[in-house]
Parts: sequence; structure tokens; C-alpha cells
Amino acid sequence: MIDKRDILLIGLNHKTAPVEVRECIGFAGDETDQALLALHALEAVQEVMLVSTCNRVEVLLATPAKDDAARQVIAFLSEMNNIPVDRFEDNLYRHTGDDAVRHIFRVAASLDSMVVGEPQILGQIKEAYRKAAFKKTSGVILNRLLHRTFLVAKRIRSETGIGDHAVSISYAAIELARKIFGDLEGRKVLLIGAGEMAELAVEHLIRNRADEILVANRTFERGVALAQRFDGHAIRFEEIPDALETVDIVISSTGASDIVIRRDQVRRAMRRRRNRPLFFIDIAVPRDIDPDINRLNNIYVYDIDDLKGVIEENIEDRQRAAIKGERIVDEAVIRFRQWYENLDVVPTIVGLRRKFEEVIRAEVGRTCPGGDARGVAPDALDKMVNALVNKILHDPTTILKREEGHGDKAQLLAAVRKLFKLDDHDAP
Amino acid sequence: MEIGILGTLTLYALSTATYVTFLFIQKKSMYRHGVWLLSAGFVLHTLSIGYETYAAGYIPVNTLRDTLSFAAWAVVGVFLLFQYRYRLKVMGIFAAPLAAFTMAAVAVMSPSALVAKPVLKSLWLVSHVTFIFIGEAGMALACGLGVLYLVQEKAIKSKKPGFFFRRLPSLDQLDSAGYGCILGGFLMMTLGLIMGVVYAKTIWGRFWSWDPKEVWSGITWLLYAAMIHLRLSVGWQGRRSAIMAIIGFATVLFTFLGVNFFLSGHHGEFTQR
Repeated sequence: MIDKRDILLIGLNHKTAPVEVRECIGFAGDETDQALLALHALEAVQEVMLVSTCNRVEVLLATPAKDDAARQVIAFLSEMNNIPVDRFEDNLYRHTGDDAVRHIFRVAASLDSMVVGEPQILGQIKEAYRKAAFKKTSGVILNRLLHRTFLVAKRIRSETGIGDHAVSISYAAIELARKIFGDLEGRKVLLIGAGEMAELAVEHLIRNRADEILVANRTFERGVALAQRFDGHAIRFEEIPDALETVDIVISSTGASDIVIRRDQVRRAMRRRRNRPLFFIDIAVPRDIDPDINRLNNIYVYDIDDLKGVIEENIEDRQRAAIKGERIVDEAVIRFRQWYENLDVVPTIVGLRRKFEEVIRAEVGRTCPGGDARGVAPDALDKMVNALVNKILHDPTTILKREEGHGDKAQLLAAVRKLFKLDDHDAP
Repeated sequence: MEIGILGTLTLYALSTATYVTFLFIQKKSMYRHGVWLLSAGFVLHTLSIGYETYAAGYIPVNTLRDTLSFAAWAVVGVFLLFQYRYRLKVMGIFAAPLAAFTMAAVAVMSPSALVAKPVLKSLWLVSHVTFIFIGEAGMALACGLGVLYLVQEKAIKSKKPGFFFRRLPSLDQLDSAGYGCILGGFLMMTLGLIMGVVYAKTIWGRFWSWDPKEVWSGITWLLYAAMIHLRLSVGWQGRRSAIMAIIGFATVLFTFLGVNFFLSGHHGEFTQR
């Protein structure tokens, strides 16, 4: 018999725990493997998986004794991270059964993320599951649950379009660039100045296979250092007008108090570049690029406010998509519960079949010894049928006839009539 | 072949409806249905024109009704080829309604009795008409792409990306597909004009006779030649190219329809109203 297992989820995330707590509880690369094995070794834990990112730690497990398991896991987290239980206990959430299933579905579909719809979390959960499967710490229940989780996440992504449009400044800039240039492969990029957001945008561009990165900085040395990071070239600030001739995307983020690129410079460059489109992303405040440049043909200028305007619209879309996503999660939770409840039925059916098979084999063996059915007389067969019916129905008959009754005899009778379809003889 | 025309019209109209739905709800299956309906319509249309050609003994392009039907056929055919080459799903939103409206016009016009004229039975004429119409269909698609380009450009320039920004492909794709259509269309148009000139020599003994249709065809051809030249020499691409594609197609339409209605000439022998 398989024990009745509960699904239990213990964790904390960016909503329940401040960063000071999250950074104490988190597990880095190889620590995760050890922690996973240690968790699996806990007495009350049968199957376990561990997700640890900068925004959340989730321990998902199947256990026959959920209270013991919860206590052991919390003690383990405290011991492993060297932090007293009372410092983080209030930040933890505990979900069991349907709630745990719903939680993991929502997390994977990015409905529970800080930036709703961000795509990384699904990859992180897949990686965590791969580890659990590899170390054999997952079993029947978690395997099934995680496969459902991936399907649900995929369905939400494709049906609601929750991750379709950028909600961060740098991604929004990339999305715009793709609407102008189509493919970004082989496009040349000029970064003027430096800054977190601008550098992030350049990294995204490189990931989209942008080709050559030029870096212009007031201090040439800084430019050289940045250029090395992007595997590009540094140019002097004075060379910017010439560079406009060859680059396709300009990202500007300087501390200059005045305009860095003027309209007439761009106009001249445009003639030499034979009207090939040019996209300016101006992240600086005050602005570096003359906004009038946007009026020139085949040139597009977006400043920080324009980009914010774009993502605000996308954020609203994601919120609408999230509502649809929740509905899909609800459906999936119900479907999973049905499977989970069937899990109880399986051992019963196995037991029933085994019992019947034993009785029938014994009787058949007695009637035709050695499995040879040729010399069997017809009345011997009749005898066998009687014996089979008696033996198979002996226990049910005794129980049904028992006098004391618990008041639910009617229910029992009804169940038997239903199980053996005694009430509709027409049915096969 | 009334039944052929009505059947074709129905399929084109259904395809239009499917494409419009696709524009709004962005389900891939919708777009596939759109292509299938349009392809089915095209097959029926081809059979119907083929039957008429067989019955009359020459290609049926001598009434306005017949030429419109032939033009719609060419647009759909070129679009299906284009679709195969560029995979710009959203273009169906232009091609399908164009074909459907043209066929609707064809359906309400009364068919005139076919009078077989020997002047119509020439391989030169068949090639002239076929090439010209295929070329014009290419220009029609280029015009549609130009309109979409301007819509998408407006969305990006005005910094209010919305409905169309998401649904339309990138400016680069629209621009290069439009240019592809113009190049292909121009090639076909040139071949068609050469056939026409040769045909004129065989029946009137002159290559060129300053007939209004000839003059306007020449103007159209020069316009497109200039467009291609400017793009190659000084980089007239993007917005300017899109506007030129629209102007170019307006000229094509005038040469095709306007000349028949407002000016007279020896092309009138072929295109009775």
C-alpha cells in the first residue's frame, strides 16, 4: 500500500520577507544540491524539491506527516543558514494540498513575481526540478505536479500573452528597436556615457545579436573599460558625429547639462548614411538628444518619459492577462486534485484484483490439476462456478447481513447496488 | 460562369472576415484559415477564368467586368506567392478585401455578350495582358505595404504604440517587402509593355501611337523607374518610399480605369464599358 501523502509547501518571497531575511535563507549553486539531499534525508520527508532565487525560497514536498515535516524543514533551514528560527518564522508561508498546488502553479506562471509575467522564474523552477529529478529526491507526486506546473505555465504564457510586452525601460527600448529594424542581428550600437539602465540595454542588444558596440565617454579611460566589458571599441567624444554615420542604435546616458547630439549633426549624417533608419534612446536627464530630431525622416527618438509611457500601457495589459491566468490556474488545480484523489483508488483496485485472482486461480487449479482442462467433466465446472461465487462473495455477504449496523446500512447497500450496477440490467 | 464568380466572391469575402478576426484576436489558426479560404477562392477563380477562355477561344479581358475579375485574380495570385516568400501574415488584411471588393463589383455588373474578334486571338495580347496585370497586382501589394508602413511609423513616431504597433511587423520588414513587390511588379510591367508594343506593331503597324492609355502607361512606368532609381542612388527608403508606392498605385489605377472612362483611344476597342 502507498501511504497517503500530503503536498506541503513552505517558503518565503519578496512579499513576505525583507531582503535581509531573504539573503540569509537563500541557497547558492552547490549549496542547493547538499540542501536538497539533506532535506530528503529528513525523517518526515518523502519527496522534496527546492527553489531558491533572489526573490524567493520554496521547499515543496510530499510527506505522510505534514506537521512533523514542517517542523523538521524549518529547523533545517535555521541550522543550515545559521539563523535562529524566530528571526524568519513570521516571514514563512505554509500551504498544503490544493493551496500548495495553486501556489506552485502561480509561481511558475509568474503570477506571483515581483514583475508579473517575467519569464525567468519558469526556467528557475525547471532547473530546480531537474536537480530534484537527477538526485532522485522527487517521486510520483512531485513528478506529476511539476509536469502539470510546466504545462500550466506554458498555457498561461501563450493564451494570455502575459509576457508579450516589455515592462522594464531597457526591454521596452529593445522592443521598439525590433519594431524598427526587425532583426537586430548585425546592427551597430553606440553607447554614450554610462549608467545601469543604459548598460542593461546594451546587454539586451548583445543578447539579440547586435554586432558592434562603440562606447563614447568624456573620460576616455572609462570608455575603454566599458568597451572591454561589451567586447566593443571606445571612441573619443569628439568622434560621435562621425560615428552617427555607421551606427543604427544610439543609447545616451551622460550627466551633461546640455544637449550632446544636435539636429544638424544628425541631418548631415543621415545624408551620408543614405537614409538608413536610426534609433536614439535617450535615458539621460536632462536630455542628451535634441527631441526635434524625432521629426526627421527615418529617425526615431525616445526619451525616458516616452519609454515610461510605453511600459505603463504594457503593465496594464499584464494585469488584465493575470486575471485570465488566475482562472487557468484554478482549472488546473481542480484537475490536479482529481488525479491526486485517484491516487487513493489505485491501491484499492490493485488489492481487489489480487484477491479475485488468488481465489480464481486456486479454484481453477483444484478443478483441473496441472492446468489441463481437457478431461474436466461438466458437473465439475458447475461445482467450480458455485465455489467461486461463494468464496468471492463470502465477505461482502457477511458484512451486508451483519445485524448491529452503524445506521448507514442504506448507504452501504446503495453503494453495492451502484458498484455492481444491479439496478439497470439493460446495461452490459 | 456566374456560379464561378459568386463562389469566388464568397470565398474571398470569408477570407476577408477571417483576416479581420485575426487582426483582432491574433489566433494563428484564424490566419491559416484565411490563407486556405483565399487559396480555395483562387483555385475556383482560375478554373472559372480558364473555362471562359476555353469557351470563348481567347482570354476574357475585353470588358470592364472581365478585366476587373482578371485583376482580382492577379492580386490574389501574387499575394499567395508573396505570402510564401515574405510570410507577412498581416498583409492578408489588405489583399483579401481588395480582391473581395473587386469581385463584388464584378458580380453586380451584367455580363455582356461575348463577340469573338480576330484581333483578340494573339499570343502577344495574352502575354501583354497577363504580365501587365501581374505587375499591377505587385504594385497593389506595394501600396498596401506602404499604407501599413505609414501606420506603423506613425505609431512609433507619436510614441503611443497601441493596437497596430503590436500587430504590424517591423518597419524594416514592411519597407523591404514593399520594395520587393515594386521590383517584381516593375519587371512584369516592363515585360508586359514590351509585349504590348510588339502586339501594336503586328496589328496597327506602329510600335507607339500616342494613344492615351499608352501615354499613361509610359508615365506609370517612368514613375516606378524613378522610384527605384532614387532608392538605389540617394537612399529613398522608408517613409518616402511608402508614399511613392501609394502615389504609384494611384497612377496605375488611373491608367487602368480612369483612362477608359475619361479619355478615348484605340484601347477602347478592347475595353468596352
